[in-house]
Amino acid sequence: MTELLGHYNYWIVIILMMTGFYIVIARPNLVKKVIGLFIFQTSVFILFISMAKIEGGTAPIIEEGLSVYSNPLPHVLILTAIVVSLATTALGLALVVRIQEAYGTSNEDDIHVQDEED
Amino acid sequence: MLLSNLPALQVVIPLVSAPVCLLLRNPRHAWACALIISWLVLAMALLLLQQVYTLGTISYAIGAWATPWGIEYRIDMAGALMILIIATVGAVTMPYAWRNIQHELHRKHTGVYYTCYLLCLTGLLGIVVTGDAFNLFVFLEISSLSSYVLISLGPSRRALTAAYQYLVMGTIGATFILIGIGLLYMMTGTLNMQDISQRLPEVADTRTIRVAFAFVTVGVSIKLALFPLHIWLPNAYTYAPSVVSAFMAATATKVGVYVLLRFFFTLFGLQFSFNAMHVGEILMLLAVAAILIASLVAIFQDNVKRMLAYSSVAQIGYIILGISLATTAGVSAGMLHLFNHAMIKGALFMAMGCIFLRLGSVEIHNMHGLARQMPWTMAAFVAGGLSLIGVPLTAGFISKWYLVNAALTDGYWPLAVLILVSSLLALIYIWRVVEAAYFHLPGADMHKVREAPASMLIPTWLLIGVNLYVGLDAGLITNIAQQGAASLLGQALQ
Repeated sequence: MTELLGHYNYWIVIILMMTGFYIVIARPNLVKKVIGLFIFQTSVFILFISMAKIEGGTAPIIEEGLSVYSNPLPHVLILTAIVVSLATTALGLALVVRIQEAYGTSNEDDIHVQDEED
Repeated sequence: MLLSNLPALQVVIPLVSAPVCLLLRNPRHAWACALIISWLVLAMALLLLQQVYTLGTISYAIGAWATPWGIEYRIDMAGALMILIIATVGAVTMPYAWRNIQHELHRKHTGVYYTCYLLCLTGLLGIVVTGDAFNLFVFLEISSLSSYVLISLGPSRRALTAAYQYLVMGTIGATFILIGIGLLYMMTGTLNMQDISQRLPEVADTRTIRVAFAFVTVGVSIKLALFPLHIWLPNAYTYAPSVVSAFMAATATKVGVYVLLRFFFTLFGLQFSFNAMHVGEILMLLAVAAILIASLVAIFQDNVKRMLAYSSVAQIGYIILGISLATTAGVSAGMLHLFNHAMIKGALFMAMGCIFLRLGSVEIHNMHGLARQMPWTMAAFVAGGLSLIGVPLTAGFISKWYLVNAALTDGYWPLAVLILVSSLLALIYIWRVVEAAYFHLPGADMHKVREAPASMLIPTWLLIGVNLYVGLDAGLITNIAQQGAASLLGQALQ
């Protein structure tokens, strides 16, 4: 039981990831799919950041009396990954806007119907 | 000074010139800028190949930060071959792009096209040269994001949905790769690929590393469109502008294969990937399914671009089949097919672009009697098709020959039979186009169709020329592929 609770950060990651993944697969609304994708990516950020945490560690700034620091590298990596995910979300939403203009709908099922008619 | 900085310049020059293309208002200037840069990239690729050929693997520390703290760029023979493929296709498609883009894109989008093309080039080259796992993810996203835009520029509105679908699947794939890299970092404490490969054996027998391996394999398989994760590819290649289809078919999935090779052989190592995780058997099964099912589906397509897209899925199957053998012969056959298929598919998609320019359609039922009106374009299609089938004296024959040999050496004779059978399937789908264009009576409007302009025909025939040349004299490229495979596997065996 303690092992299950001790890894609570991973449980949060898994729940977030599956929530995002489910939205991407199950929702026909294209905007919601992009949001699902964003949640999916966010879960990975939490995975990276939680693994940088060291018990009793402080921010990595040299100061007297402190010798245990959290690992700053994953934070830096995730800053880059956040930029990437922001760009992906922006591009995805921009595509949805163009799709809405071209098809008059942002619902995947309606788009399929229109594509079949072509 | 310049020569020693080539690995960095190779990536930095297209990256810096990308925004310049966006700022140049005149489409002709933007095109000229992209053209010069793509030829410069090809020149640098040839110089790099020559350096690697004579001096061996190049290691370059970005900003002179010593590895493993700084980012290392590392180019071995396999990398040099990939850079050559990307740069060649990039340099050949650029002169072709001018007429094609004018025809298929809105005028206000041309600047975006050249910018995204250069960004895509940056990303693809960056993936190949980098020796840092996280840097690889960043370059992968640069190339992916720009290719989503490139696909969405296609002439029909379905290009938008195709790009959207690719964005969703591509992002899931890239995120899986990111998870894998994160778990690897968790266990080894480093991101440098050489460093990871040295530290990995100590921790290899843990669940974390096995999970990392699974995430990376699935993520990269989405990117390289391994059956059954290829769903995004047919739509993307069908509805993208023709020049984008040609460029992407020849480079994007190939770089995906390269990433897979890097992870399997350099990072995780042959021992772990193939002996402990048994990925060879899984890949072989999926490759066989890809070859048979995608070839069969290709036969029933009326849209030739969609047919070629399914054929790409099948051809990726061949490449993966070679890799799944995990022998020097198998991997070098896979790498040889990587090069040959890039040249074949690039040329075939470019021929389709010529037809779309003049005919306004790439459906087989509209092509009746086309060969009389567009003899050079159709001749290029036939030559490329023969190479795809694997007729002797073409590049396709050489790589299939090595692939069959590699399979037979390992005692997998059913695979050799499969390769021959699927070549017959390729013959059927290529024949459907040839039959319509050469042996059917032309329709009423066919006499208005003219031959494609020289600016599009010459690049198409250049790639066909490479095909025929490799078919006649495969010595150099085979040698490079074998050295590349030896470099990949050699590291794995250490």
